[in-house]
This record gives sequence, structure tokens and C-alpha cells, in this order.
Amino acid sequence: MLLSALVALILTVLPLPRWLDVLRPAFLVLTVLYWSVNSPRTGGIALGFFAGLVLDVFQGPVLGEHALALALVTYMGVREHQRIRSKPAFQQALFVGAALAIYEFVLFAIDGWTGHPITSPLRWVHIVTGALIWPPAAAILAYGAGRRA
Amino acid sequence: MAAFGTGAGRPLQQRGGSPGFRFTFFAVLAVIAMYLDQRQHYLEQVRYVLQAAAYPIQLAVSSPPAAWRWLKESFQTREALQAENARLRSQQRDLDVRTMRYEALARENGELRGLRAALPPVAERWLAAEVVTVQLNSLRHRVLLNRGASNGVFRGQAVLDETGLIGQTTHVGPWSAEVILITDPEHAVPVRIERTGLRTIAVGAGDISALALPYLPANADIKEGDVLVTSGLGGVFPEGYPVARVTEVHRDAVQPLAQVRAVPLAHVDTDQEVMLVWFKSDHPAAPARATASADGGVGELKHGDAAMQPQAVTRAAASPPPAPGQRP
Repeated sequence: MLLSALVALILTVLPLPRWLDVLRPAFLVLTVLYWSVNSPRTGGIALGFFAGLVLDVFQGPVLGEHALALALVTYMGVREHQRIRSKPAFQQALFVGAALAIYEFVLFAIDGWTGHPITSPLRWVHIVTGALIWPPAAAILAYGAGRRA
Repeated sequence: MAAFGTGAGRPLQQRGGSPGFRFTFFAVLAVIAMYLDQRQHYLEQVRYVLQAAAYPIQLAVSSPPAAWRWLKESFQTREALQAENARLRSQQRDLDVRTMRYEALARENGELRGLRAALPPVAERWLAAEVVTVQLNSLRHRVLLNRGASNGVFRGQAVLDETGLIGQTTHVGPWSAEVILITDPEHAVPVRIERTGLRTIAVGAGDISALALPYLPANADIKEGDVLVTSGLGGVFPEGYPVARVTEVHRDAVQPLAQVRAVPLAHVDTDQEVMLVWFKSDHPAAPARATASADGGVGELKHGDAAMQPQAVTRAAASPPPAPGQRP
């Protein structure tokens, strides 16, 4: 679990050309969401909070911004984990898209309140790519989890 | 039956509090952290430690590009190296000649100003730093340098390259420092138009190759090709460093302000090596203390004062440029 989070973090900060970077899904958010849905006991809101804190150090204007947004996303994941797990991949991806939208909106609101606004519409692009990449990402994570178990 | 009432038998929701309780707990923690970081700046120490912890990961991520550059350099041909060597040597000679002139000019200038001796250069000390190739935030223009507090880097330090201004440091860790570039929409640098001496503020346009000058009246004397240099106001950058060249001036009859855009002179987006500079605070060209004292003073700025936030557009716009009382 921690290994996958570390890999996701590296994917998040890997330097990419600008157009690809805009399309880059929020890998760490997806990974943390996966664990909160599929293993709510071990990787839950605490994992989300600390992963968010790490993200804050890397890219947040204030400490706690990503932590709050990720705690909210993992809370939704943990709460609805049984309902989400039973759905086919397509419907899961819809839920993930909604969760990412809420995540990005929380960031957007906090950015605005703390006086670091980014109004560029490009910031919302990763919601779509994140939802699209969810089925393969979840499959990879499930494969990794299955092999270790 | 035996497990009834103990932790093992309880449904998931009951362990260590319900998800709702845990979420509330962590949300409150996050909000407190944000408040302390934003309003009180109590978390500088925490951030310092976290930044130190993050640095190995950042270095690891940036190592493949760095290794690639190293490989490319080590397989350069002899001819290429010789050509570069010759170019560097001629450049060195040019610079030497120019420095000779510079000494003479500085002395002459000192005499004209009625000073007994020529002033030493305003830059006291500088340190080369490498840009760690790691993505910080795609929509903010920030870069990470491989120098930090252990090299004496402080918050709000000017960062230059050989052609112009790059930005200033915002968060300093023990071995790394985050730099806000002058093109970041949150960054504003007080500038002077070199040709006319008109002072204004250059704000990052959010585009890696553009600055905007939003506070110039439509009848201001500015045209394409004008060079902008730092004005020395604002308390961070000393006077006279090149910043940008004006590329576009739009004057609209119905708009009271001119729309001016400029390109940074420094290679803001492609630089691998930059300079961190320490300035003499008692030099006439040093960052103006007059404005700095209004919101903290240069000395306090080093300790993460609120005033050391990247100069916010609103604040910079609100404070009128004071009279240049700096020159004797």
C-alpha cells in the first residue's frame, strides 16, 4: 500500500512536457481512493490525510490544503466502499470522476480563500483523464495487492 | 461469542471511531494546519522538516534527466568541445575588457556623485544553484533549487541567471529551496522602464514566456522593445537588474489603461543553472528599505515574515511608489 502510494507520488512529480502535464491524472489521489474503497480498514482517512500532507509539501500554497481535500475524498470512499466495489468498472469510473471533481473544487476554493487563486480552466482537465484511467489503474493495483497476499 | 464486545468482533465502522468521526478529526486538523500556516506562519519549522524529508524523493525523480544530461555531455565530440572552449575563451576576453571599462566607469561615476571612492558592486556574494527537474505544480510557476538553508539561502532571496531576473525564493528547506518565477500570476516585480525611467509593476501573466504591465495609463510613454529593469522598490530585488523586454503595446480608446506585455529576458523556463544572490543592504542600489520597513523590514523578512510572501499583486498595486530618496 505504501509502496503503491510512493510510486504514485513519483508519477505525480515526474517532470513532463507541459501539455502532457495538464493531462496528467492525480495518481496519488486515485491510489489513495483505491485503497480506501478496497481496504477501508488499513488505508482509510488517515492514509488520505498524510498523503495529502505530502502533496502539500510538494505543490500546495498552504499546508493542509490537499490533506483536507484528500481526507474528504477518502471519507467518501470509505463510506460508500461496499456500494462502489460491487459496481462495474464504468460506474466506478463515474464515481471516481465525481470524487475528483469534489477534490479539485475543494482545492479551488481553498486556493481562492488563501489568496493564491488559479482560474485557468486547465486545472479541471485531470478529472476526466483520472476517471478514464481508473479502470486500468484499479486493475494494476488489484493485481499488485493480489500478488502480495 | 467470546469476541462480543471486544474490538475484534465489532463491525468495521466502530473501529477507532466511525469514518465520520475520523473524517471530522482529520478535517479539523487540516483546517488548523492551514490557519496556522497561512495566518500565523507557525508551521515554518514543520514545513522545513517536511521539505527536508521530501528532498530525497525529488532528487530520485530528477536523477534520470540529470543522468541523461551527464551522458550527453560525456559523449560530446572533441570538435564540439574545442568549439565551445574557443567560444568561452573569446567570451571571457570580451567580459574582461568590459570589466576594465566598468572599473573606470564606476570610479568616474563615484567622482561625479561626489563620493570619495567608487562604490563596490551591490551584489556581495552569489551562489550557483541547479534546478532540480521535478514537477511542482503545473499551473504555478515554481522550480526547486538544490541549495537551501545549509548554504545560507533565505526566504525572499533574489534569483538571477546571466541574462536577467528569474524570481525569488518562497520556501527554504535545509538542502532545497522553492523559487517563484517572475512569470507566476502571483508574482509582481517593481520595474522601471530603462528608456524613460517610468516606474510600474510587472505581473506574471500565467504564461511561462510573458509578463503583463497592467498599471500603465493609455498615454504612458512606452513602446515595443523597451527594456524593463528592476526599480529597487519592494524590498527584494536591487535596482537596475534587467527583467523583460516589451513586446506588445495595445492602446484602446475606450480603456483607461494600456495593455502591455513583455517577455522575460532570462531563460525562465529552460534554465538548468541559476544564481542566488546576496546583496549589500547599505548600498544605494540595494532593495529599498523605505518600502520594506512599511511591511516588515528587510531584517525580519529573513525569518519568514508575512511580508516575505511573494509580493502580492494587490499589495504591490496598493502601495504608491515612493519618491526615489535612495540616491545621494
